[in-house]
Amino acid sequence: MTYLIGLLSVVFLVLAIMIVNKSMALSKGIKGIEQDPDSQVDGANNYNAIGFLVFLVLGSIGATWSFLHSKPDLLPVAASDHGLITDRMFWISMGVITVAFFITNALLFTFPFLYRYKKGRVAAFYPVNHKLELIWTVIPAVVMAVLVFSGWRTWRDITSQAPDNAVVIELTGHQFGWYVRYSGNDDQKLGNHNYKLINETNSLGMDFNDEHCFDDFTANEMHLPKGVPVLLKINAQDVLHSVYLPYQRVKMDAVPGMPTKFWFVPNKTTDEMRYITGNSEFNYKLNCTEVCGRGHFGMAITVFVDEPEEYAAWCKAQKPFLTQNPDYLAKVPEKLKSKAQKYIEAPAATSDSTQASGATPAAATSLR
Amino acid sequence: MATETLHAIDTHVHAHDEHEHHELGFVQKYIFSEDHKTIAKQYLISGIIWAFFGGAMSIIFRLQLGFPNMDLTWLKPILGQWIVEGKLEKEFYLALVTMHGTIMVFFVLTAGLSGTFSNFLIPLQIGARDMASGFINMLSYWFFFAASVIMFASLFIETGPASGGWVIYPPLSALPQAMPGSGLGMTLWLSSMALFIVSQLMGGINYICTIINLRTRGMSFTKLPLTIWAFFFTAILGLLSFPVLLSAALLLIFDRSFGTSFFLSEIYIGGEALPNIGGSAILYQHLFWFLGHPEVYIVLLPALGITSEVIATNSRKPIFGYRAMIGSLLGITFLAFIVWAHHMFVTGMNPFLGSVFMFLTLIIAVPSAVKAFNFITTLWRGNIIFTPAMLFSIGLVSLFISGGLTGIILGNSALDINLHDTYFVVAHFHLVMGAASFFGLMAGVYHWFPKMFGRMMNKTAGYVHFWFTFVGVYAVFFPMHYIGLAGFPRRYYSFTALGNGRMEAFVDMNMFISIAAIITFTAQAIFAINFVYSIFKGKKAPQNPWNSNTLEWTTPVNPGHGNWEGEIPAVYRWAYDYSKPGSATDFIPQNVPYSATPESNFPEENEEIAKEKEIEGLLDTQNSSYSH
Repeated sequence: MTYLIGLLSVVFLVLAIMIVNKSMALSKGIKGIEQDPDSQVDGANNYNAIGFLVFLVLGSIGATWSFLHSKPDLLPVAASDHGLITDRMFWISMGVITVAFFITNALLFTFPFLYRYKKGRVAAFYPVNHKLELIWTVIPAVVMAVLVFSGWRTWRDITSQAPDNAVVIELTGHQFGWYVRYSGNDDQKLGNHNYKLINETNSLGMDFNDEHCFDDFTANEMHLPKGVPVLLKINAQDVLHSVYLPYQRVKMDAVPGMPTKFWFVPNKTTDEMRYITGNSEFNYKLNCTEVCGRGHFGMAITVFVDEPEEYAAWCKAQKPFLTQNPDYLAKVPEKLKSKAQKYIEAPAATSDSTQASGATPAAATSLR
Repeated sequence: MATETLHAIDTHVHAHDEHEHHELGFVQKYIFSEDHKTIAKQYLISGIIWAFFGGAMSIIFRLQLGFPNMDLTWLKPILGQWIVEGKLEKEFYLALVTMHGTIMVFFVLTAGLSGTFSNFLIPLQIGARDMASGFINMLSYWFFFAASVIMFASLFIETGPASGGWVIYPPLSALPQAMPGSGLGMTLWLSSMALFIVSQLMGGINYICTIINLRTRGMSFTKLPLTIWAFFFTAILGLLSFPVLLSAALLLIFDRSFGTSFFLSEIYIGGEALPNIGGSAILYQHLFWFLGHPEVYIVLLPALGITSEVIATNSRKPIFGYRAMIGSLLGITFLAFIVWAHHMFVTGMNPFLGSVFMFLTLIIAVPSAVKAFNFITTLWRGNIIFTPAMLFSIGLVSLFISGGLTGIILGNSALDINLHDTYFVVAHFHLVMGAASFFGLMAGVYHWFPKMFGRMMNKTAGYVHFWFTFVGVYAVFFPMHYIGLAGFPRRYYSFTALGNGRMEAFVDMNMFISIAAIITFTAQAIFAINFVYSIFKGKKAPQNPWNSNTLEWTTPVNPGHGNWEGEIPAVYRWAYDYSKPGSATDFIPQNVPYSATPESNFPEENEEIAKEKEIEGLLDTQNSSYSH
């Protein structure tokens, strides 16, 4: 990289010297123009022409240098399967537009210099050239078609149905934070919720008429298993929010009254990222990217990506909402009381012992 | 029907003017004027004033972003309660972002650009005495003025102006309990915008009617300057899309004030569950962006039209590919209506729609590319004179290309997932629509100032203004792409919650951007001083200062009401006969018949000579439409 920068600096330096030389030569001729009363061109005309060339050179240096300088921080390490694909596509597209960027701007800034006003020169009467026009209509069209087609295939894959074995996690945005709900260790299904049931304890409005709610547990942080499809079911309680996992390249709005979803495969654990980034404090974040009020910028929770076994162990250690709030048994209809009872009576010791035994086989099944 | 009515009004107005040759009073001449030139100046000056307010707001929030630890107590005399313990209030930060967007998009780049130059140039360049309806034209400005007053007033209320972003997505904008700015501030925002839309519709109808009906004899559509084509398509865009925004605003007003549930459903806020069920927040976004996306082209097309004219004139060359330029304007206009949902790839909209809109969006790159290439080719082998207007036009093309290219990335829905609502988007649209359109506005002001005020602006100040602005705009928005690629979301008061040292990595760059923004903004004072000074003290303008071909330069230096003192000139040729082989001068104005230029006519143009009689014969018909 250093060599590249050095090389570029040399190239640009040479160019800069050439321009200064040229402009010195030109400025000698400027006086003649100024004295010409017929001309509406003033002495600054050549300076402005040179200005564009200088801008081209200095701008290219600036663009290249600033890019190389910030490159390490751009697109932080992708930590999901589709993130790797979209990142690659991003850099390919970026390559294409960078070429177009430099070519068009170079022409745009050298033409003013080359064809700046000269007394006695007559501009070319060149109103149309269908062949040229056809070429520069077709080339962008073909390039676009290729980009669109690859983009469309990736988009189709990303937004396809989540695999059946996906771990389902519910995220609910509210001013200003995120509630995370897991489908529990027994039925792998999220129970219903209803916004009218929300109160200070039942902040998600879980509906205990639905037996799937019984084993659901909530958390203040999000844990994800590595290498396993994760399906986020996204809700919002008050205003629009947007789930943003910058490292996993995940973004999806949270809309009140309209559940949304996004599935992906996290492929780097928090520990691996700590190793890759060399930052022992590294933690994934979940941020909000849809303006939602004064606390918008701080609406973040920490996300942990664990090895599947660790993830399973963490899940096992979590206590269902019903266990933590036994008085909610009263909300359970009579015929389901027996099922719900299990979560009330279960002593805390049970979950501890499961964790202690490091139940790998159990974890495997719980991921199905 | 509508046209006939307009004609009736029009002829009435003119009959009135021509029968009473008394000098108009001050109020009629400068305030409630029906003269399109005065109305254009009113739009321009309002737009410039708004631009300084909008710009100043961006400087205040850039201070917060670039220097998060700065003590802002010194702003207390201006901002009062919005500075708390030396810091910008978090909600006021959002209010600033919102008002900056609203003001710049609607009041500066829509009213200030299209309002000014459509009004000023349409009658002058097509050869009409005024707009189809001077009265509706006047109403259009005063509705805009009323909208401005309401929007301005909302800055001073206790709960602050609207603060949910310029897109005012509900439920945030619908629920006063969600943020204070959604209270009275939002009510005023909606009222102001409703008036603004009415103003735009009256303006747009007028522009379209005028261009279709009041072209001078010989001015066929294929002889129209590209400025007029651009204003024509802009007016069509506005006429078809602004009503949709009005409907969105009305439904939002209903949701806010009358308990309807168009956009609200299943909301629990402030410890209470609201009764609204069945509305769709996404519906609002569809309605909003059905205007919002054409709006991008409403601000951009006039700028491109102005650039076509300025680049051709100052390259002393015909615009390259006149018909392709019209074709691409038409293509952009059409496509502008069917790409809106690319703003909504990750809103939870059906992904199939995302695919469709990705295809349509990327098609729009093709006509845009054609325009850019044609501009560049027009410069090729020209004899280029760098007037300030020309500098701004070349700057526009550069910004249009640089900003447009990143659109190829954002229009790709798979890539948009990561970049949506980050600074990458902010950088993209500020370059391609914000700065590019602003440069078009500046090019227009520098180019037509002599026609507007009969005086010249100082050129040297114009050059300095251009270079500061051009370098400044790139210095502000180019690095912003990096911040977006690093995953910084927009509308963030501070980046502390990103974690992992990401904020720290870009502290310097944010500071750099803020400093560049302050310098660029300050440099606009050069323009303001030059503008005001030149109105009163500028050098007297000659008849045709840029040796241009279009009709406006055939009017007196200070055109009076009715624009031409004698007959309106007829038009025989297109607007781009610059440096025609064989011609002694390097420009042949549109009103010069081919019979007068046998030395430079092409064979097919000699055939046009036969039609000149026919064109001249239309004089009586044309005159009769003005005098009853």
